[in-house]
Order: sequence, then structure tokens, then C-alpha cells
Amino acid sequence: MDVFGVESLIQMIELRGLEKSFGSIQALFGLDLSIPRGCLYGLLGPNGAGKTSTIRIITTLLAPDSGSVVVNGVDALKEPCIVRNQLGYVAQEVAIDKILTGRELLELQADLYHLSQSKKIERITFMIQRLDMDSWIDRRCGTYSGGMRRRLDLAAGLLHEPELLVLDEPTVGLDLESRKIVWELLRELKSKGITILLSSHYLEEIEIMADRMAILDRGRVIAEGTPDQLKDELGGDHVTLRVREFSDEKESMQVRDVLDNIDGVKQIVVNRSQGFSLNLVVEGETVLPKLREELTKADFPIFALSQSRPSLDDVYLQATGMTLMDAELAIAGQRDSKLEAKKGMR
Amino acid sequence: MTSQITGQFDSVTARSQWIEISQETLALTRRLFIQLVRRPSTLIAGILQPLIWLLLFGALFSKAPEGLIPGGTSYGSFLGAGVIVFTAFSGALNAGLPVMFDREFGFLNRLLVAPLRSRSSIIFSSVIYMTSISLIQSFAIMVTAALIGYGWPGLSGLSIVIVTLLLLVFSVTALSLGLAFTLPGHIELIAVIFVANLPLLFASTALAPLSFMPIWLGWLASLNPLTFAIEPIRAAYSGPLDLNAVLINAPYGAVNGYGCLSVLMALSFGLFFLISPMLNRKLA
Ligand SMILES: Nc1ncnc2c1ncn2[C@@H]1O[C@H](COP(=O)(O)OP(=O)(O)O)[C@@H](O)[C@H]1O
Ligand SMILES: [Mg+2]
Repeated sequence: MDVFGVESLIQMIELRGLEKSFGSIQALFGLDLSIPRGCLYGLLGPNGAGKTSTIRIITTLLAPDSGSVVVNGVDALKEPCIVRNQLGYVAQEVAIDKILTGRELLELQADLYHLSQSKKIERITFMIQRLDMDSWIDRRCGTYSGGMRRRLDLAAGLLHEPELLVLDEPTVGLDLESRKIVWELLRELKSKGITILLSSHYLEEIEIMADRMAILDRGRVIAEGTPDQLKDELGGDHVTLRVREFSDEKESMQVRDVLDNIDGVKQIVVNRSQGFSLNLVVEGETVLPKLREELTKADFPIFALSQSRPSLDDVYLQATGMTLMDAELAIAGQRDSKLEAKKGMR
Repeated sequence: MTSQITGQFDSVTARSQWIEISQETLALTRRLFIQLVRRPSTLIAGILQPLIWLLLFGALFSKAPEGLIPGGTSYGSFLGAGVIVFTAFSGALNAGLPVMFDREFGFLNRLLVAPLRSRSSIIFSSVIYMTSISLIQSFAIMVTAALIGYGWPGLSGLSIVIVTLLLLVFSVTALSLGLAFTLPGHIELIAVIFVANLPLLFASTALAPLSFMPIWLGWLASLNPLTFAIEPIRAAYSGPLDLNAVLINAPYGAVNGYGCLSVLMALSFGLFFLISPMLNRKLA
């Protein structure tokens, strides 16, 4: 049965060399990813990084131009139906039928997954209770708030008790109550051994929840590991330096040359989007005083200097030269979601 | 995978396959009917419109000379069959629209990510739904026609109406779903429906017999699937039904009742086997 060897005993999802283009836009550039069984795996990246494309490929909704997709030991490109049986999917855009009630939608879902009549009733009752949907489940979906829709969608995705749950930005636009319910449920599922893959562009979420994570940027995995590993890989503390409030490129390059020669400064990135501030990774206690001394010697002022434990944002910044927030802003105006919806329509 | 499985196991899986396909199909059909019940305006309009056709067209030709229509029937009873078939046809032609909206609103993804045994379930559910609606509409038309005095086709007539409509609705629904999955959006689909609808009506024997038509139109009408659906129903209206009797005196030769039904049957199977694999491939 297991044509993919021992790897598939350990990994729930194995993606190799995924390429995907939409017309002239390339979304994925040879993406590799391994997601171990039983883990809550976070996919972090700014808007446009390729999270949804990756997830749609895993869930058999999108065929890659090249590369391989193995889910639970099954080749998803050859046997998509087996894969569909085993995974629950909560899409980024919740698709509901406004005329149906929540319960009717769950019943439809149960039949599409071929649950028996008794199982169907049992699971629907259970999910309604578990996600606290009792008071509104018999109202039409058209009247639901974003949080209610998301909870309904989550219930639908879990109805057939999948081994793998895939969620695309599950907490975007959620009210606090719904967010709490969703997180609690995900923790509980994880404790039962269910593998969870979720994408997000919220750092905090991934940092707190995920066992492992990958950072996606422009269709590639630029960092992978546990959140702590990723931060430790930066190897030291994180320092932000501004010589003045708004510097320019020339000046920050000069400053960089000065800093480059200091012992214990491991990496320097010029943050163009933040007034050419400099982000350094430093090791050792003596670096900061040394740094002040050198800057003064070279006649540079110091507007701000701060040292902190690295965050995931620093990991991202170090890899791309941009903070996640800025990457987000940079892409915001460029995407035509209507056009994409039309082109991506199946 | 299935290659190593024994024959006995195969028949079990085949059985469960059909159970699963009917479970999917029923669930999808149920959704369509819930939508219909909660949004009944389309059904009401769909029943009223053909009745208005029947009344207005019937009245328009009510003073037509006796014997205008070959066989001595009144224009009203001549028209009944045409209205029944045309109503079913345009209804089925619209069957792709809800699917197109499901595509556009992303609801279809819910179906595509589910392990459907066969995506033909999507076609089957639409066909069941459309056929039921057409039967309701036809029944309303037939009752109205009877009340105005255009006659009643009798029991054999009723059964021929059901068989003919089933075949016609099946093929046109399959076609419409095929379009719904290939055209880029609902605007294009509506345009195709709009362009196809009336010409197919006029180039058929719905409103006038073949003998009234110039040669070229006669050719078109006797190739038009609508004609093959209209004539058996019309024959049922004009007397005891005999499927061996010649119903269409086409330029290429005579076609009897069985011929008409065979053409519709061939069309249904042809379109289904053309479009069903296309859905599975397109949606793979
Ligand atoms: N259907 C589509 N048509 C055209 N471009 C698309 C489509 N889907 C995604 N893209 C493009 O592919 C890139 C990756 O998008 P996506 O996978 O949605 O990223 P994310 O989910 O991380 O925001 C973006 O540049 C986006 O504009
Ligand atoms: Mg996305």
C-alpha cells in the first residue's frame, strides 16, 4: 500500500517542487513542505505569498503545473478522491447557501461525505453543541455574522471526522467569542492526534498555537521549523537602530559599513520601508556599548536604539528585508480579488 | 487499486457506489427543492408564463379558417404540445444558471472538495429537479388547455408527455450544465440562453406545421430536437396514440413516433456521455 516509504509514516503532507502559475503571474516557485502527523502546523506569510494556492493544491481543488503532492501516504494528484475523504477543509472565503439553514447545510455536507443516517444525526448534534451553535443553527445562513459562518464552516469541515484539517486564515474577521471557540476547538483536536494545517498572516496566532511553522514568501518557503527554532536560528538578540528619524539610503549604507566591522554583529538588514532603519542580529553583552562608541567615533547621531528577543517578525524581516506588515501593505493595492475569483473559478 | 480486488468484492463496492451516488444526488436535489420552496416566485412565473402563451396565441388564431392545420384540429389544441415542450426546453436551458452562481460564489468548491462518488450526481440532481418542475408546468398547461376546450391527451398521452419531457429535459439540462462549467461567467451563459431560445422555438413545429414552412426552414425544423419532442405529444392530443404512425414528413424522409423518441434518447445519451467525463476532467 505504502508506496512512499517510511516518510509517509511520519509526514501527513509531503509537497515537493510545487510550481503554479496563473497566466503570467507565478504563484509558487518550487515549493517544498513536509508536515508531520499530529502537529498543528502554521503557514505564515503576507498576502500574496502563496498560502491559498498551496492549500488549494493540498485539498485537490487546484492542480499544480509541476511537483508532487502526497497526503497521508496517498498521491493527491492520482487519487484525489481518497484524499478528499480524509481531509476537512475550511476555506478562506466561507461559501454558504444563504437560503439554507445552518442545519440543512450540515445535513447536505454529511450526505456528500456519505455518513450513515445515525452517524449523521450524531455528528451534527455533537458539532452544534461543541461550537455552541444551538441558538441560531435553524436560522437561514443569510442572517449569520462572519463569526457564525466561520463556525458553521468549521463544523462542516469536521463532520466526517477527518484525520487532517486544513484551514485557510480561519480567524480573519472573527469576533472575539468566535475566535476563542475556534482556538479551543483546534487545541482539543490536536490533543486527539488530528493533524492541523492553518495559514495566517497574523504572527501572534502562529507563534502561540503552532508546533511547527513555515514562512512563505513569494511562492517559496524561506524558513521552516518550530517557532523557537526559527527565532534561535537568528542566533542572538535583535537590535533596531535609527541614526535619525528619517534617514536615507546613502546614510544607512554608510552606517552599515561602520557596524559591519564590529565583533558580535552577525547580520545587518536595511529596512527600506521603515525610514531606512537598520536591523541587526547581535551576540554578546558587549556589543551595544561598542556599537554606540563606534557610531559616535564615526560622527553618526543615534535617534533610537533598542534591543529585544527576536520575534517571528524579525525572522521574516531578516529573510526578506521587510516586515510582514509592510509586505502586506505593499501587496494590498496590487491584487484584483474579483478577477482572481473569476480566473480561479472551477 | 481495484485491480486486485475479487469479483465478489467488486459487486459489493458497485452496490455501495450506487447507494452513495443516490445519497449525494438526493442531498443535492433536496437543496434545489428547498430553494424553490423558499423562493417560489420563479416557479409561479414559470407556471403563469406558458398559460399566458397558450391563451394569447390561442386567441390570436381563434378565427383562423377551419382546416388551416392539417388533420382538422383547432389551432389551440395544435399549440398545446408546442407550449408544453417549449416551456420544458427553456426551463432546462436555464438549469445551468444555479450551478454557474455556485461556481461564482464558491459554493461549488464545497462539492468539489467532497469525495463525491461521481460528479454526475450534480447533473442527476439538476435533471430530477428540472423534470419535476417541467411536469408540474406541463400539467398546469394541459389542465388549462382542457378547460378552454382544446382537449385532453388521455392516459397514453400523459405517459408520452412524461417520457418525452424526461428525455428532452435530460439532454438540455446536461447541455446547460456543460455550458455552465465551460463558459467564463453567468453573463455569457445568459447570453447563450438568450440567443438559443427563441430561434429554436421558431425553427420548430411548435407554432406552425412543417407544411407551412419554406424548404430551408422545413429542413431546420425537422432537424430541431424540439420538433421530435413536440410531434409525439401532439399526436397524443389528436387521437389514440400510435407510435408507428408517421409523425414528421421531413424533407429527408418520414419519421414515426419511435423514430422521434429514439432521436431524443440518442441525444440524451450522447450529451450525457459527452459532458459527464468533461465535468470530471474539468473539475479533477
Ligand atoms: N485565480 C488567480 N488568478 C490570478 N492570480 C492569482 C490567482 N490566485 C492567486 N493568484 C496570485 O498568486 C499569488 C499567490 O496568491 P495566494 O496563493 O492567494 O496567496 P495568499 O493566500 O498567501 O495571499 C498572488 O500573487 C496572487 O495574486
Ligand atoms: Mg489566501
